[in-house]
Amino acid sequence: MSELDELYQEVILDHNKSPRNFREMGNANRKSEGYNPLCGDHVTVYIHFIGGIIHDISFKGSGCAISKASASMMTTELKGKSEAEAEELFDDVHKMLTGDVDVEDSGFDRLGKLKILSGVCKFPARVKCASLAWHTVNAALKGVDEVASTE
Amino acid sequence: MKAFQKKQLPHSGDGIFDVEKIRQDFPILRERVHGKPLVYLDNGATSQKPQAVIDAISRYYQSENSNIHRGVHYLSEQATASYENAREKIRQFINAKSEQEIIFVRGTTEAINLVAQSYGRTFLKEGDEIVISAMEHHSNIVPWQILCGQIGARLRIIPINHDGEFVLDEYRRLLNEKTKLVSITHVSNALGSIVPVREAVRIAHERGVPVLLDGAQAVPHLKVDVQEIGCDFYAFSGHKVFGPTGVGVLYGKAELLDAMPPYQGGGDMISLVTFEKTHYNVLPYKFEAGTPNIAGGIGLGAAIDYLNGLDWDQVSDHEKDLLSYATDELSAIERLKIIGKAKEKAGVLSFVFEHIHAHDVGTILDQEGVAVRAGHHCAMPVMQRFGVPATARASFALYNTREEIDALVKGIHRVLRVFG
Repeated sequence: MSELDELYQEVILDHNKSPRNFREMGNANRKSEGYNPLCGDHVTVYIHFIGGIIHDISFKGSGCAISKASASMMTTELKGKSEAEAEELFDDVHKMLTGDVDVEDSGFDRLGKLKILSGVCKFPARVKCASLAWHTVNAALKGVDEVASTE
Repeated sequence: MKAFQKKQLPHSGDGIFDVEKIRQDFPILRERVHGKPLVYLDNGATSQKPQAVIDAISRYYQSENSNIHRGVHYLSEQATASYENAREKIRQFINAKSEQEIIFVRGTTEAINLVAQSYGRTFLKEGDEIVISAMEHHSNIVPWQILCGQIGARLRIIPINHDGEFVLDEYRRLLNEKTKLVSITHVSNALGSIVPVREAVRIAHERGVPVLLDGAQAVPHLKVDVQEIGCDFYAFSGHKVFGPTGVGVLYGKAELLDAMPPYQGGGDMISLVTFEKTHYNVLPYKFEAGTPNIAGGIGLGAAIDYLNGLDWDQVSDHEKDLLSYATDELSAIERLKIIGKAKEKAGVLSFVFEHIHAHDVGTILDQEGVAVRAGHHCAMPVMQRFGVPATARASFALYNTREEIDALVKGIHRVLRVFG
């Protein structure tokens, strides 16, 4: 598979075309905006956070296929997770995207379906696209009341 | 626009523009990217450099390197002569009246900041209005916002029409007795639209309002004559006109520059310093504090020499052909929408797909060896005006070819195959 085919796999194109949890959330008690000044990608993440658990999570915004698919997959993975679990996952995703690790290593099993995004590490200019939503969730969970930025 | 000096060229055979010969002057064009020949269509971001410019910079560092305007020794005199010689080449290039009116700066951005802080803070006051257009680069928006914040002036925006054209009637309507400065682009970096600057300057001058023109995207494509245009300030960057990065030019009318205070203090901009008082140097040195980018200035001079060796009528015809060919080819692609359809355009083709983000277009084209810009082009208000988050932008230079546009089109078809 070429690097390009690895980047734009069917699953990623599908999440881009029909993003999951792509909606505003009326009862969200955590919300954060993320912005990538380089390309203008913009995402708002909504979280309904009860008893330390991400009860519900959704997002809105505009961006490239990579940022949209990454945000969409992230919401499906984070639903039901605790803050600590989300942080661990964010850490793994970050390592995967920056290419520091072999995702096939058993230590990265919890990445699960997210491994499909590992092709991004071959495209340094696109790492920020894939990590934007994750930075934004991080800010939302920490209750940071400012726009998250990839810069 | 007028032609460059007409002379029989080393590059032209029978009066036909020999683009293949031109390409040989630019060593980087022989590079391969991802195993494919480089197709460089990001000239709006920066242009490539001819061997003559690269050689001039090397030569300076190898045999002339020295500080200017200081030493009595041989090298310093050589370096000073080369640097000042470059200033004279620039003067001729834009037809300024005097070398005193040519200020070396880092680039267009610094030139505009200089005018905002030196002219703006001295001659504008609370309640005054500064007029810019809706298609400015951030570097012609933010310096004015900073100034407005400092002195309580107000920024007014001239709307553009749906084709991305500067509308003179809208501009006329915005000018009033509070207008104290107009600062507009000559050619839009995101859309390629050419602004009717001569008319815009005439209208402002009827009210006694000075005009700054951002010429960063104009100078590589059009013959600029600042006296013919009549503008009060003109700014451009060396690196977009085949020179090095880190050097640019602010042209200003001598009587305005004379009345303005220095922008930065330091060496070279003084004539006498005591702890009680400092006397400033004469123009243009008053605005050139510190050791400048000497190699950059000399490199820009070499770029101008290179351009002077070309027949600008031929260059202009070649670029028009590229733009119209590219416009026709891209218009034929299903679901592709061109942003910016001004009747008068130079060198830029911005496009979008409804279902594909520009960033994805840029990545896939890159895999085909085709370099374009994808994003908001430091002109976010333009993107907002057209309701798009970003565009892909192909921007052309005199060394581009129809074959390269064919490679772009082929790359776009690959984008469409990926995204279905």
